[in-house]
Amino acid sequence: MIRHALSGLIAHWRRHPGQLATLMTGLALATALWSGVQAINAEARSAYDRAAATLGQDQLARLTGAAGGAVEAETYVALRRAGVEVSPVITGVLRLGDQRLRIWGYDPLTIPQAAAPRVTPGDEGQGQIDLAAFLTEPGLLLVAEGTVLNDLPPGFPGLQVSGDVPPGSAFTDIATAGRLLQTSDPTYLLVAPDHSGTLPGDTGLRLEPPRSGEDIGRLTDSFHLNLTAFGLLAFAVGLFIVHGAIGLATEQRRTGIRTLRALGVPLRAVLGALALELAVIAVLAGAAGLILGYLIAGLLMPGVAGTLQGLYGADVPGTLRFSPEWAALAGGMTLAGAAMAGAQAFARIAAMPLLQPAQPRAWAVASGRGMARQGLAALALGLVALAILGLGDGLVAGFAFLAALLLASAIALPVVLSWLLGRISRLSWGVRAEWMLADARQQMPSLSLALMALLLALAANIGVSTMVGSFRVTFIGWLDQRLAAEIYVTTASPAEAEATRRYLEGRAEAVLPNVWAETDLFGRPADIYGIVDHPTYRDHWPLLSATPDVWDAVARGTGALVNEQTARRETLSLGDPLPIAPDVTLPVVGIYSDYGNPNGQAIIALDLFRALYPEVEILRFGLRVPPEQVDAVTAGLREEVGLPVDAVVNQAQVKAFSIGVFERTFQITGALNVLTLAVAGFAIWTSLLTLANMRLPQVAPVWAQGMTRRVLARMELGRAVLLAGLTFLLSVPVGLALAWALLAVVNVEAFGWRLPMRLFPGDWLGLLALALVAALIAAAFPARRLARLGPDRLLRVFANDR
Amino acid sequence: MTLLQIDAAEKTYATAEGPLPVLRGVDLRLDRGETLALTGESGSGKSTLMHLAGALDVVDAGRVLIAGQDVAGLGDAGRAALRRDRVGLVFQQFNLIPSLTVAQNIAFQARLAGRFDADWAADLAQRLGLSDLGTRYPEQLSGGQQQRVAIARAIAARPALILADEPTGNLDEATGDAVLDLLQSLVAETGAALMMVTHSPRLAARLDRRLHLSHGQLAAT
Repeated sequence: MIRHALSGLIAHWRRHPGQLATLMTGLALATALWSGVQAINAEARSAYDRAAATLGQDQLARLTGAAGGAVEAETYVALRRAGVEVSPVITGVLRLGDQRLRIWGYDPLTIPQAAAPRVTPGDEGQGQIDLAAFLTEPGLLLVAEGTVLNDLPPGFPGLQVSGDVPPGSAFTDIATAGRLLQTSDPTYLLVAPDHSGTLPGDTGLRLEPPRSGEDIGRLTDSFHLNLTAFGLLAFAVGLFIVHGAIGLATEQRRTGIRTLRALGVPLRAVLGALALELAVIAVLAGAAGLILGYLIAGLLMPGVAGTLQGLYGADVPGTLRFSPEWAALAGGMTLAGAAMAGAQAFARIAAMPLLQPAQPRAWAVASGRGMARQGLAALALGLVALAILGLGDGLVAGFAFLAALLLASAIALPVVLSWLLGRISRLSWGVRAEWMLADARQQMPSLSLALMALLLALAANIGVSTMVGSFRVTFIGWLDQRLAAEIYVTTASPAEAEATRRYLEGRAEAVLPNVWAETDLFGRPADIYGIVDHPTYRDHWPLLSATPDVWDAVARGTGALVNEQTARRETLSLGDPLPIAPDVTLPVVGIYSDYGNPNGQAIIALDLFRALYPEVEILRFGLRVPPEQVDAVTAGLREEVGLPVDAVVNQAQVKAFSIGVFERTFQITGALNVLTLAVAGFAIWTSLLTLANMRLPQVAPVWAQGMTRRVLARMELGRAVLLAGLTFLLSVPVGLALAWALLAVVNVEAFGWRLPMRLFPGDWLGLLALALVAALIAAAFPARRLARLGPDRLLRVFANDR
Repeated sequence: MTLLQIDAAEKTYATAEGPLPVLRGVDLRLDRGETLALTGESGSGKSTLMHLAGALDVVDAGRVLIAGQDVAGLGDAGRAALRRDRVGLVFQQFNLIPSLTVAQNIAFQARLAGRFDADWAADLAQRLGLSDLGTRYPEQLSGGQQQRVAIARAIAARPALILADEPTGNLDEATGDAVLDLLQSLVAETGAALMMVTHSPRLAARLDRRLHLSHGQLAAT
């Protein structure tokens, strides 16, 4: 029975191939953007796990210096002699021109089996690794496939590709790593898994539990949640198209469905046939969407990798691997989305009386009757959004608020637009404009889904660009404050640091040590910095709140500064105690902004810092130098002290680097913004095209009474521009609410800092122009068709009279 | 004075089965103040002739002059202006503009032509029993009410030529008679010419002249 019903129904698509194309394109676009985002998320999470598993970090505990620094070689030797089963690892980032390579040096003879990479030299079945070359100079670097290193210096180790190495990393012997990174002290010691005894207590080392991929995963959760939200938004926008196409097709098929039922096909068979048909279409469109999504994800992946590196220091490859689980999940989403989009149409068919005549216009009219209900639903959702904001807490509540806000705005749009058009038409505009406005109002139910999609895309664009713009302006201002020194110097050893100091005597106005220790604050990883008392800090440091004698208290060692993240996380206020070390607690005397840093941070006096962390060497400095001396001092440090080029950077270079990282961070957001707008533009185009076929009964009488087709076509364009313009106007407050939520709720939850909101009306004008151009392009084809429509087509409207 | 002059008009439609000649050399004249009934079986070309007479379409051969202007010589804008200024149309299916209220529908063509007279429109609405329906939309009216709005709309601009295509075709006999009474009295009052397509010999007999269209050719009855 279903087969016969299906054969009767399927003929519709042969007569309306454009409608089928619209339906499939909507589904494919929705699937593409959703699955593309999920592919990116899955790839990134898998990279976190791979990175966490490097050299057994996810399974083995490790020993580090008390301040989170390196372990002295002598301490390691003493531990081994005492029978403690530990294995040294030296890791660090090697800079080769513009390239970065994370070096992992390990001892193949002592590394625990659980941590040993499968490429360990000498392993059975791994005969391709030359142990002699691995252990002797110049050594051997095992790198990931696709690693290309240019301009290698003489004496650089040989390279060999191995599938077990994470991208951007290299495994090598510990001696080779020490030579490359210019250190002999292990960064940490891996503790054998079967080591059950207690470690010697007098080493001053710190035992850290195994790390999992969840550590970086937790840090990046907000980023991935953000991407998922964007993916869902694009998916919803695509489903608007699908919903519209299915609704129209259902309406046009009423006659056929009624006939089938009159001929004895049961309703269940009709619905079964329609469901089967939709499932087949969804599978085909979903497959196309998957391919498109994979391509989009591939294009976006390098930007995402840059973002994750810039924001969280997470190494993620810029390439994508195909995963069957991802494909299956995306396919499931397509089917679920198609079912959701078709549910209303199916319900209408199920409730349709057998003898109800086919009325294509009834669809729009019935939708119009629902306006009041729609307004109430929007109001209810708006109240839900406010309730979530008032009562909810956390990142999920933040996104739930955003979802409720966007949904309420989208549902309210047709109601508000209709009201606005009614108000505008009351002004005296002349008979043509009056008709256009009345006509636009009448078309509202048919166009509302596309306009909702446009509203969501525009609001998301305004919201996200306001957030990014606010962040950019604040960040650049903050950089100006924070990077007050004219030159930044990094030395490799205490001797080089001393030589640098000597050279700078009489040449620099101030040499400000830049020194920190890795430790814990309130049980979370944090850095404690030590600073000298200098006007540079007093005049420039970006304090959000402070006691009146903040700098004197810090200089005396009787107060500490904390970054905003720590203060928010631990709800610290001025005067609250801050445990700096097990037996040292200082009151908080200032809270400063510290954008882009995921960790906690505190600042204390340098003297106190040295007392607490005597083992930490001062190797970095900020130099205050008269601007006209910057070039000479820079050249002198490189030529006379012998510092490498990249060890002496000026303020402008640091700022340019930081801003570059910032811009990379939001590349993905910009790309998704553009894609969502494109989908909304497509939704408008398909709606107008569909509407054009239904509109002749409204247009023909106007033409017959003396309006030319050219004028009618111009009014079609005008109507599209008017609706897009009004939708844009309404999207501005929604977008600003979105920006506020991102800045005041989501960012605070995700990053721990709150940014002031800045407005960028110039950007809005650009977006308005884009929206109007998109509407013009979308309306151009239907308008052109109307302008060229033969009188015979218009006269067919009156054909019943013949 | 001849208001509508149709000379040797021919019109052929392209169909799936090939060209279908609908009008084969039709001649017709209609003077100012004159009323004419056009009858004929279904498919005889009555509506096509009405469309040509109303400058909605152009002939394949022959010519159509409205108030002395050759329709075929005018462009799209010229024909639109001619319809706006000279012609009032009443369709069998009413074809009101669904997005406009009754009052706006009545005023629409007159305002397009720049000849809107609010008093005249109000008078028309009152005489056609539409005064209380001004703010309603077409979908809220009965068939008879919609037809009366269509008549008011056609006359509100005081056109020289009124073309009515079976204006009572969807109405019962009594309502149809009442509608025709109104149409005739308003036409007489404005001095316009009226050409009306009808299947009803009874209604046709009430007009000044009667022509029968058969197989694309006209014959007087």
